[in-house]
Amino acid sequence: MNDVMIEVAHLSHTYTTAPVKKKALDDVSMQIPRGECVAVIGFNGSGKSTLVQHFNGLLRPTPGSVRVDGVDVGGAQVNLRALRQKVGMLFQFPESQLFASTIYQDVAFGPQRMGLGRHELRARVKHALDIVGLPLQDYGQRSPFELSGGQRRRVALAGILAMTPRVLILDEPSVGLDGEGRAEFYAYLQRVRQEQGVTTILVSHDMAEVAAIADGLYVLHHGKLVMQGTPASVFAQSEQLRRWDLAAPPLHELLAALRQRGIALPEDVMSVEDAFHFLQQTQKQKQKQLPDVSSRS
Amino acid sequence: MLQPLIDLQQVTYAYPVRPGSAQQESPALRKLSLQIQQGEYVVILGHNGSGKSTLARQCNALLLPDQGQVIVAGMDTRDLASHPAIRARVGMIFQNPDNQLIATVVEDDVAWSLTVLGYSASEIRQRVNEALEAVGIADLRALPPHKLSGGQRQRVAIAGILALRPDCIIADEATSMLDPVSRQEMGKLFARLNRDLGITIVQVTHLLEEAVYAQRIVLMEQGQIVQTGQPGQLLSDIERLRALKLIIPDSLSLAARLRAAGFRIAEDAVTVEQIAREIARE
Repeated sequence: MNDVMIEVAHLSHTYTTAPVKKKALDDVSMQIPRGECVAVIGFNGSGKSTLVQHFNGLLRPTPGSVRVDGVDVGGAQVNLRALRQKVGMLFQFPESQLFASTIYQDVAFGPQRMGLGRHELRARVKHALDIVGLPLQDYGQRSPFELSGGQRRRVALAGILAMTPRVLILDEPSVGLDGEGRAEFYAYLQRVRQEQGVTTILVSHDMAEVAAIADGLYVLHHGKLVMQGTPASVFAQSEQLRRWDLAAPPLHELLAALRQRGIALPEDVMSVEDAFHFLQQTQKQKQKQLPDVSSRS
Repeated sequence: MLQPLIDLQQVTYAYPVRPGSAQQESPALRKLSLQIQQGEYVVILGHNGSGKSTLARQCNALLLPDQGQVIVAGMDTRDLASHPAIRARVGMIFQNPDNQLIATVVEDDVAWSLTVLGYSASEIRQRVNEALEAVGIADLRALPPHKLSGGQRQRVAIAGILALRPDCIIADEATSMLDPVSRQEMGKLFARLNRDLGITIVQVTHLLEEAVYAQRIVLMEQGQIVQTGQPGQLLSDIERLRALKLIIPDSLSLAARLRAAGFRIAEDAVTVEQIAREIARE
């Protein structure tokens, strides 16, 4: 067992069906560590969706290679069914893909097709619904269409969790949710990570929303991997990010504006809390210094 | 006293109950009164389900009040014959740009309503040119909408309304499907249309960071207006906003914490630039 879950080497992709041939991915290489939560970030058309569609075999790596858990997904012998069980993908607006008349049936649909026994199936659905905070006994027999947008999205997530994937790919998971729905969704996502040790890959163009939970960021621009690193190191480059049509989180924009005005905030300031303490300290020091200056003069 | 452009008086509205549904629908708007003057830039702020979109739809007669009345430019929305005139003066753009574009080429889409209304070819051409210029996409006029980004497609939708030369544009969560950079640009566009063309802007959103550029914020909860005022007045009470299930931008959180710790930060500093200036001044 090695500690790299997904290994991408020199991956390129050109959409041949487009009227004008466009290179959607251009020589991308990356290694995503097992059990981590990473985010792929980029403006519309930067290639982020194209990249992750290689991870569960929706696209074949040509040219280049993609290995998931050691298995070459471009190999002739690859079992796509097993791969897609291992790598679950939540598409944008997944609640629009709910179709069954009860929440139980909807969540059970995927695992059912894996040929599980009735008890195993029920246990899986129960567990998945527990994780997303919609307990089976309360919600199982209700229609998904009675729920709020955020809850429906969690039903869609449960449908994927019930297949016990080792990798979870989420494409713009919080678009269209309000503050509460978003915070809830991320809280449940954190639980999934903690309880199941799933390697999580977020696709997003919103840095603020991934900053809270991602361990590492990969920035794509015009199909090229242009930056990678911890959120702190990536956000410190807010000028550079603007050039790629990306905005650093609002806090980091404020920090950049403060630095421009001569306040020497260290790079590891990552939260409102950090910034508050730093500014309070500097003010106290200033106040201490002021009387000293006057007494000396 | 100037007559307001949009005047909602004691409006109550409940969505019709679906047959067979056990749930009793509670009213989406409850005795709500609001006046919007010509030339204002108003943000209607609230979380999902607070009634803000219902309020917006009352403003151009997409929904009609169960009780109370809505007067738009002197016309009562309950008078069905006035609807075309009301909608020509108060245009609306929605969340998903893909649901509101119909033509295969950008300029045809912008010209659509004018064509339907029977304007002459030269008049249409002139108005379409103006509208495309105003939203900054004149260079994209010959492209099919699917070739555009989300932010560009919303601009096409706005241009389609501008071509009708309205008094007011209502944007119902029009930025929530856009990326942060396009969202900021959309905010700048609204401010510019308001300032340069005098168009009344009513922006419906659940995002506080979009509210900071408004002249007036209307805060909604459970179908009622809980507060209305300038951004500086409303946005300094962070705890209250949080209780209304709104996401507090980090810049405002930091400003509030510093203020509580004795920093002198003016309450009307709400944008990132203003807050940075205040902090640096200390």
